[in-house]
Amino acid sequence: MNNPYIVLPVIFQLFIAVLLMFSWNSKNIQKLISVTGSLIALVISILLLVKVNTEGIQIMQAGGWAAPFGITFVADTFSSLLVLLTAIAGLAVSVYSVGSIRNARVKFGYFPIFHLLIMGLSGAFLTGDIFNLYVWFEIIIISSFVLLTIGGEKAQIEGAIKYVTMNLLASVIFLTAIAILYGLTGSLNMADLSLRVAEIENRGLVNVTAVLFLVGFGIKSAVFPLYFWLPASYHTPPPAISAIFGGLLTKVGVYALLRVFTLIFVPDAFLSTVIMVLAIFTILSGGIGALIQNNMRKVISYLIICHIGFMLAGLGVYSSLAIAGAIFYLVHDIVVKTNLFMVSGLIFKFKGTYSMRLLGSFYKEHPKLSLLMAVPLFSLVGIPPLSGFWGKLLILQGAIEQTNILVVVFVILGSFLTLFIIARLWSEVFWKDGPELPEKKHIKYFNALKPLKRRAMIGSILFLSLISLGIGFGAEWVMRLSIKIAENLMDPTQYIQAVLGN
Amino acid sequence: MKTIIFKTASAYLLPLLLLFSIFILLRGHYLPGGGFVGGLMASIAFVIHSFANGIDKTKNIMTFHPGFLMPVGLLLALVSGALPLFFGDTFMTGLWMENAVPVIGKVGSALFFDTGVYLVVIGVTLTIIFTISEGL
Amino acid sequence: MEILLVIIIGLLYAAGIYMMLRRSLVKLIIGLILLGNGANLLIFLLGKIVKGQPPIIASSEKMLGELYADPVPQALILTAIVISFGLQAFAIILVKRAYKVVKTDDLDEMNATDEDL
Repeated sequence: MNNPYIVLPVIFQLFIAVLLMFSWNSKNIQKLISVTGSLIALVISILLLVKVNTEGIQIMQAGGWAAPFGITFVADTFSSLLVLLTAIAGLAVSVYSVGSIRNARVKFGYFPIFHLLIMGLSGAFLTGDIFNLYVWFEIIIISSFVLLTIGGEKAQIEGAIKYVTMNLLASVIFLTAIAILYGLTGSLNMADLSLRVAEIENRGLVNVTAVLFLVGFGIKSAVFPLYFWLPASYHTPPPAISAIFGGLLTKVGVYALLRVFTLIFVPDAFLSTVIMVLAIFTILSGGIGALIQNNMRKVISYLIICHIGFMLAGLGVYSSLAIAGAIFYLVHDIVVKTNLFMVSGLIFKFKGTYSMRLLGSFYKEHPKLSLLMAVPLFSLVGIPPLSGFWGKLLILQGAIEQTNILVVVFVILGSFLTLFIIARLWSEVFWKDGPELPEKKHIKYFNALKPLKRRAMIGSILFLSLISLGIGFGAEWVMRLSIKIAENLMDPTQYIQAVLGN
Repeated sequence: MKTIIFKTASAYLLPLLLLFSIFILLRGHYLPGGGFVGGLMASIAFVIHSFANGIDKTKNIMTFHPGFLMPVGLLLALVSGALPLFFGDTFMTGLWMENAVPVIGKVGSALFFDTGVYLVVIGVTLTIIFTISEGL
Repeated sequence: MEILLVIIIGLLYAAGIYMMLRRSLVKLIIGLILLGNGANLLIFLLGKIVKGQPPIIASSEKMLGELYADPVPQALILTAIVISFGLQAFAIILVKRAYKVVKTDDLDEMNATDEDL
């Protein structure tokens, strides 16, 4: 169904960014615009999801050029759900930034670039054109480059070099894959590609192209063996920036994988084995990497990799139940990982360090806050009925149904690794009696902040924790939604019909 | 490169190139040209001026920081792209005036979009060049 | 023409990857630029080259002639060039900053992110 307004989540973010650029010099107005803008964006994306859920797939042909010739924007349930999650994470991080981002960084344009990043993410989720997806990816990475380097500390710059190099390489590989795909089919519209790729006789070349896409998206979503840029960079910027990176940037790679490998390339036995093996190694390397780290933010960074493996395993099993699990896990992971980085930032504001060896006795000093922080931590482990449990359950169900023992074993192993890591983090940071830490001069501690800033930081963590709890206790609703999405992904005729007509 | 010939020439080249860049911008709808090329040309005009007279002088002849052109251009492009939404058309649909304007020709929303691109390109290019050449 | 382009694309990719594997930061950027140019030429080549028939409708005609070049690859390449222009400008400024802060351009000596904090 044609609906010109589905592009609103994207252009509204651009509008906020432009407004913010006009008020470049006054930081308080910027904060106000950012938070109100994010609130309105949240309302818009809720309306979009409701509309799509009740009336079916909505499409928009940019400039009025009919598909497959123009650029099509498609809002199906999957896209609009992710746009909603982006808006939720965006609102939380925007509020958190009010409390935690230093004025020097605001002066270099933190808020406008943050909203350009959210615009890129929403655009990537909504587009139905493979080259347009490339353009949105580039918008995402260039704004993430700037966010990563704002402030220009030594570790930041070094982390940025690794991040920039790997992401530029991923873009080149992605572009190469698009070039070959265009040479093979003469089309860029994803729905049209789905029909045309299926007709190609030369399956070898199709598989090579598919692997190029896998590598390109694999780098972006930090899949084994190309994940090493992530733990080298995600712990260097301020926590608000880590939060939006950890929550959304790798997930947009997972979204692209899920979309491309269900719509355009349907994996044959070889390709699904490759994806499965990659998933297993991703779970292992992420989990084991997190075990030996001492920096709290590095632990969470490695956990991101580990849990990307779960979602990839869902794709590797390739049944609608397993993919539903991957989507449920994606929903849960965006909220929780964003929250965890914000939690680590808040702990830093109290203690002045990220080192787990030096931290301790947080529970004794701040029992209420610790209970709040326990919500995302234990959601991540997936203790029922918290949100991480249900996604894993669906993936396991799907794997058992397909008698895919390998995935069952390693997903369970990954869960135990996560449990062990979180238990260690909990005992080191919260329960252990920590040493007295010396006051550091250059850090502005939590108690020195204005009350508004304190409330902003705690409020955003509370907001995301409530959403986490909501996903856990309202699991039935989310599960029904993910199963519906997975069925539509496995059988894309609805999508193709909506885009191409007839 | 502070030669007297180059210096004198750059004083005349600046307005000439700026005018030419606007010509390229307006020509762009049916013929080769457009906002991106025009914007690059306009920024080249300032770069030549800065080569001849030093970057501080170039900054002086601009009354505001070129970075300010970015939000202005973005806003112009955004408004011209989003305007069709108010008439129930899709994003970026071209809207055209009924009658032609003398000299310029028929004016449509595409022209405003291109002007936005033109401004953004000048802003971005000059900001990049000024940043790179700082402290060389 | 096609065979020539194929060779050039191969060379650009090979040279790009070779440069990226060096330890110098500047060579890394050059490698990335070469790779990007290789990808652009690849789009150009795979979009099927048509000689001397631009997709422009002559003012005397109402529609295009029978054989004309596909305009889409050109649009894609132009977009890719504009994007890489911005990214490379950023990368160059980043390298400059990195050289100032870390005081080396040897990638092997950039280990601050692995330090245990």
